[in-house]
Amino acid sequence: MIFLSFFKTLVGKEIAVELKNDVVMTGTLHSVDQYLNIKLLNVKVVNPDKYPQLVALQNCFVRGSVVRYIQIPPEHVDTELLQDAARKENAPAK
Amino acid sequence: MEEPLDLIRLSIDERVYVKCRGDRELRGRLHAYDQHLNMILGEVEETVTSTEIDDETDEEIVRKQTRQVGMLFVRGDIVVLLGDI
Repeated sequence: MIFLSFFKTLVGKEIAVELKNDVVMTGTLHSVDQYLNIKLLNVKVVNPDKYPQLVALQNCFVRGSVVRYIQIPPEHVDTELLQDAARKENAPAK
Repeated sequence: MEEPLDLIRLSIDERVYVKCRGDRELRGRLHAYDQHLNMILGEVEETVTSTEIDDETDEEIVRKQTRQVGMLFVRGDIVVLLGDI
């Protein structure tokens, strides 16, 4: 659940989501769930000429499974906290 | 007990190489991962390799495009392998 908790700390921040079909959209993270489905507000498609059908989008839901990358502003990430959480989450079973 | 994923735990805060589906390669610092191999990488360099066929000579032209990303979440289902660098 490390990434669910992590993305919850980013609610309200601007992120860029790259999908497996190469669409890249930016927007404000509104919410995230256990599947890492996300809801974005004020969506902008990065390459509007290539995807004119997406230009009209304002808010959208993205199914977690179609995400390839999510770009995060580094200033909003506490890397030390993240590493400690990852070590704890992945601690070897006794 | 030692499992494959225990090895990745040792790479936290180290620079790693990640080979992904779609002829994509990433190099960056591993900050976090989970059992699906979802990851967060910092100071990332992404290389996308594409090949085209030259119409006249029928030769394959290999093109590599790279870009830098400060902080990147990578969805685990595109990951093929992970190595130390």
